[in-house]
Amino acid sequence: MEHGVTEVTIHHEPSSSTKRIWKVFWILLIITMVELGLGLSLYALDLPEGLRMHLIKGTIIILSLAKAYYIVSVFMHLGDEIRNMIMTIVVPLMLFIWFILAFLGDGSSYRNLRNKYDPYYKERTTTGGGAKPDSIATKPGGKD
Amino acid sequence: MMWYFLMSDSFTFGAFLISYGTIRFSQNYWPAPSFVFNTFPGAGETNLPLAFVSLMTFILIMSSVTMVLAVHEGHHGNRKGVVKWMAWTILGGLCFLGCQAWEWNHLITGEHATLIDGKIELIGQSMRHNPWGMEVADHAAVLDALRNSSHETLVKLVHEHNHSAAEGQLNALSNDRLIGMLNSENLRVHLPGPVAFGGYFFGITGFHGFHVFSGVIINVIMLIMAQTGVFERRGHYLMIEKAGLYWHFVDLVWVFVFLCFYLV
Repeated sequence: MEHGVTEVTIHHEPSSSTKRIWKVFWILLIITMVELGLGLSLYALDLPEGLRMHLIKGTIIILSLAKAYYIVSVFMHLGDEIRNMIMTIVVPLMLFIWFILAFLGDGSSYRNLRNKYDPYYKERTTTGGGAKPDSIATKPGGKD
Repeated sequence: MMWYFLMSDSFTFGAFLISYGTIRFSQNYWPAPSFVFNTFPGAGETNLPLAFVSLMTFILIMSSVTMVLAVHEGHHGNRKGVVKWMAWTILGGLCFLGCQAWEWNHLITGEHATLIDGKIELIGQSMRHNPWGMEVADHAAVLDALRNSSHETLVKLVHEHNHSAAEGQLNALSNDRLIGMLNSENLRVHLPGPVAFGGYFFGITGFHGFHVFSGVIINVIMLIMAQTGVFERRGHYLMIEKAGLYWHFVDLVWVFVFLCFYLV
């Protein structure tokens, strides 16, 4: 990692106090508590799949991204680096936007296709309780 | 260079998590995390959804803070401060690994009543089995399955329901007597869940745990180097800063592992 050559990009002004660190710690802690509260509310309310559930999950995801931002910019001091350095890190990460959209879309299209062309599979995996044990026994669980 | 390594590592983790997401999106049913992760060491069968993993998250965030404080002391060339905060960081890392070991052990050795091949089996979460499918609502089916189940399984089920009965005593009873002692209305039996859950869970949390482990090793080396005055002679604590970057990255990955496996 380090062979006596100092990397210019890593130099920055040492912050004068630890106040900022503790402030970010409290922010992270509070965000985590809110996330947990939302996660538990999903459990407590036992919501059906629908708009409200997606809203809660979306909020949790946005809060996690906020946490990631605080960790990277304050704890890892990326916010203090020079702009071009930040860009060489952040721009390639943009690939994730496509990555996530494409692959999650792929997954759900696979589900839709399977449900459409294999009604037996759909019945077996959505109506759980009603299924007869014999019918489950004859066909081993979904291959994933 | 550390930043570019971390960027490539984030693609590795990202690819893992996205492939998990793809499989999850392709399934009609996926076990709810607050149902799977609801135990706490020493709390027995009490239902405490997400409590233990919150503790793990807190430990990791806390150790990230002590790491920043170590880096901060390094800026001021304060050897004692660096050593102190590095020691706390290492302790936090070890606590996290201990928690994860307990959680894995609990998942693997757990015994959950699952309806497999028309009989009830007690299984834990492994790479091949997932005991958290949909609940079987049909009591007649449960009763049928009980009749096909092994003697050993029935003894365990009765013992779980009624702790006053000694297993030795129950062993002597016939299967029919044992089934009579069970109330099939109260018995919660699940179908096997998606097999991929185990592979992804153990694979990704294991890969993250391995990062924590190597982070702890790196931190121990940094602690020794700081203690023996290597950095003091060198005139700067940049190495601490780089170890810190790695450690924060581990924390950062946990934010997303926590999100994908435990929250949503």
